[in-house]
Amino acid sequence: MLSRHNPQLNANGELIHLLSIDGLPRDVMTHILDTAGTFLSVNDREVKKVPLLRGKSVFNLFFENSTRTRTTFEIAAKRLSADVINLDIARSSTAKGESLLDTIANLSAMHADMFVVRHSESGAPYLIARHCAPHVHVVNAGDGRHAHPTQGLLDMYAIRHYKRDFAQLSVAIVGDIVHSRVARSDIHALTTLGVPDIRAVGPRTLVPGDLGEMGVRVCHDMGEGIRGADVIIMLRLQNERMSGAMLPSAGEFSKTFGLTPAKLALAKADAIVMHPGPINRGVEIDSSVADGSHSVILPQVTFGIAVRMAVMSIIAGNEA
Amino acid sequence: MRILITDGRVVDPASGRDERADVAIDAGRIVAIGRAAPDFEPARRIDASGCIVMPGLVDLAARLREPGREHEGMLESELKAAAAGGITSLVCLPDTEPPLDEPGLVEMLKFRARKMSSCRLFPLGALTRGLEGEVLTEMAKLSEAGCVGFSQADRPVRDTMVMLRAMQYAATFGHTVWLRPQDGWLGKGVAASGAVATRLGLSSVPVAAETVALHTIIELVRATGARVHLCRLSSSAGVALVRAAKAEGLPVTADVSVHSLHLTDDDIGYFNADMRLTPPLRQGADRDALRAALADGTIDALVSDHNPVDDDAKNLPFAEAEPGASAVELLLSLALKWGQEMGLGLPRTLARVTSDPVRVLGAGLGPLSASAGRLVEGGVADICVADPAATWQVTREALTSQGKHTPFDFAASGTALPGRVRATVLAGGMSFEAR
Repeated sequence: MLSRHNPQLNANGELIHLLSIDGLPRDVMTHILDTAGTFLSVNDREVKKVPLLRGKSVFNLFFENSTRTRTTFEIAAKRLSADVINLDIARSSTAKGESLLDTIANLSAMHADMFVVRHSESGAPYLIARHCAPHVHVVNAGDGRHAHPTQGLLDMYAIRHYKRDFAQLSVAIVGDIVHSRVARSDIHALTTLGVPDIRAVGPRTLVPGDLGEMGVRVCHDMGEGIRGADVIIMLRLQNERMSGAMLPSAGEFSKTFGLTPAKLALAKADAIVMHPGPINRGVEIDSSVADGSHSVILPQVTFGIAVRMAVMSIIAGNEA
Repeated sequence: MRILITDGRVVDPASGRDERADVAIDAGRIVAIGRAAPDFEPARRIDASGCIVMPGLVDLAARLREPGREHEGMLESELKAAAAGGITSLVCLPDTEPPLDEPGLVEMLKFRARKMSSCRLFPLGALTRGLEGEVLTEMAKLSEAGCVGFSQADRPVRDTMVMLRAMQYAATFGHTVWLRPQDGWLGKGVAASGAVATRLGLSSVPVAAETVALHTIIELVRATGARVHLCRLSSSAGVALVRAAKAEGLPVTADVSVHSLHLTDDDIGYFNADMRLTPPLRQGADRDALRAALADGTIDALVSDHNPVDDDAKNLPFAEAEPGASAVELLLSLALKWGQEMGLGLPRTLARVTSDPVRVLGAGLGPLSASAGRLVEGGVADICVADPAATWQVTREALTSQGKHTPFDFAASGTALPGRVRATVLAGGMSFEAR
């Protein structure tokens, strides 16, 4: 069907929106990671700015609260010299009954050049990309359970930084995968980059068997899941899922699937431990692991700014 | 009015008649099929050369949105749309606002529909008051007001004791209970469980939502003897359960929507909200099983599942978008497309949208049941004249329905549909003529 046309690419196959890693060609992804590498040095300079987005207006539209992700996008846009406008929509117009597309139309009338969108519903950034003016670019900063593509890309940046090559890796993703947009974006990125062994680890309520159709090996045993892994990505367990029909308690999750030094010892000696943050110490990850020598959780945050600069500068340079 | 339909290919699925003939109509009845009497002087002639002349279509599932959702559809707009689709009898669901649980509401709908002379309207009454699944409705009174059966629409009764009582009570008076098999707890998602829902991060409805409900309903049919019509089957496993229930001789019938017959969850593409439907689209194997079951008669009828939805309700993130699509105008085309793809021939294809749905309605139709959905001399003149060779592109402009959303929109599908209705005759009068 015609509606299957990948909306994040233009007719020349260039990136005009970043909506998902699903359907992102490998060369585009590699280009983003390479570009992020050049921006990493900008962050070390005394004057941390380049003029690539000078005169452009970037609107941060967070329909769902997230101080951390919004801040990293704001820093990235400012380092590209863009004007940044933060809108905390969860507490403003939609609370007054304005529809999503009306909000977008109004902000477009203020001459927005780029929308960075976080929304609680899967697919919301696609709707916005379909209805905004052709010169406006959309970056998905997390939609429902669907995708968090800049997180996926920064995770790939971190893996490439520490492991160099994707072709021989074993990567374990542990925790609440079914509800995780980070896990989906990581899985698409890892399969696109040719990682041969991706494991999705957790109880059956959080890691259903049909995840296998995304190209991962489903493991319901933590030991089997992380044995010999080069990379362990721990996911955040949302508070509302710690006790209910998905899991009996945070304590039981910590006991069975939390990452402790003893379980980490099953992974490769030089394994890295990643987490998209914010972490629940003592739930999915032990403090001694989060702060330990295998952890690259804080470098992930630093890479995140460079990756977001790369994404914004690349899509702003391409036309629909 | 005297009407003469000349030179068409007359197809009557019920009798198997398939021949070139004229059809003469007088005073609301078919007076001759073949050659009209020499002294028959028609006020209207319809040249049907190249067209099929068939019974008016009978659609067992449509929402007209009135009362309560007039901004999405009105009785007048949707009945006109039905006539444009060649439909002469339409069953509407009780989940209006307020629900059809009061005889007065049903009488009002029937009265207004009759005045419009676009299409016969047969409401389903609410099975429980307010569709809340707790208190039975006054089925005898509702039936007298014109209800042809009783239904919960998409609001399953969670309390199985209420379900048992409702079926016992309906069976007392010989009423059919129309149920969409969907477990109230398992059926809360927005897409079918499977690779697509997993990849898109959409909450999902497992097949068990349908099969658990079917097991319960079938067991209660065994216990009560109630006659049940199973609405909108969506899965291969569901089809197997219905096939077994029929083989056992239980009094059940079933239908499938045009959407489940032609589409799969893959068609959701990049969150296309026009594919947000209830029940959700399932996988290719399910669609194949539904197509085969409709062909072999396990599924009795093909329905439009028409539900006009406005732009405001569709231009939302997928899960928030209102489920439904305009479909009465597509029913014939999508039946023909299925029949062609299955190699069934016209009589077998058309039976599923004419005589078979009338069989499902049974005694509910009253005196009409003898000739609705059929072409017989002396019978009621509800007729559809359609050009099977013509194709058309479904666009917003081409639709009469107030709702403009359908998965078959040409802009999205790039596919034209076969078959175009040229004229619809209702009770011997013209209810639709193509310009």
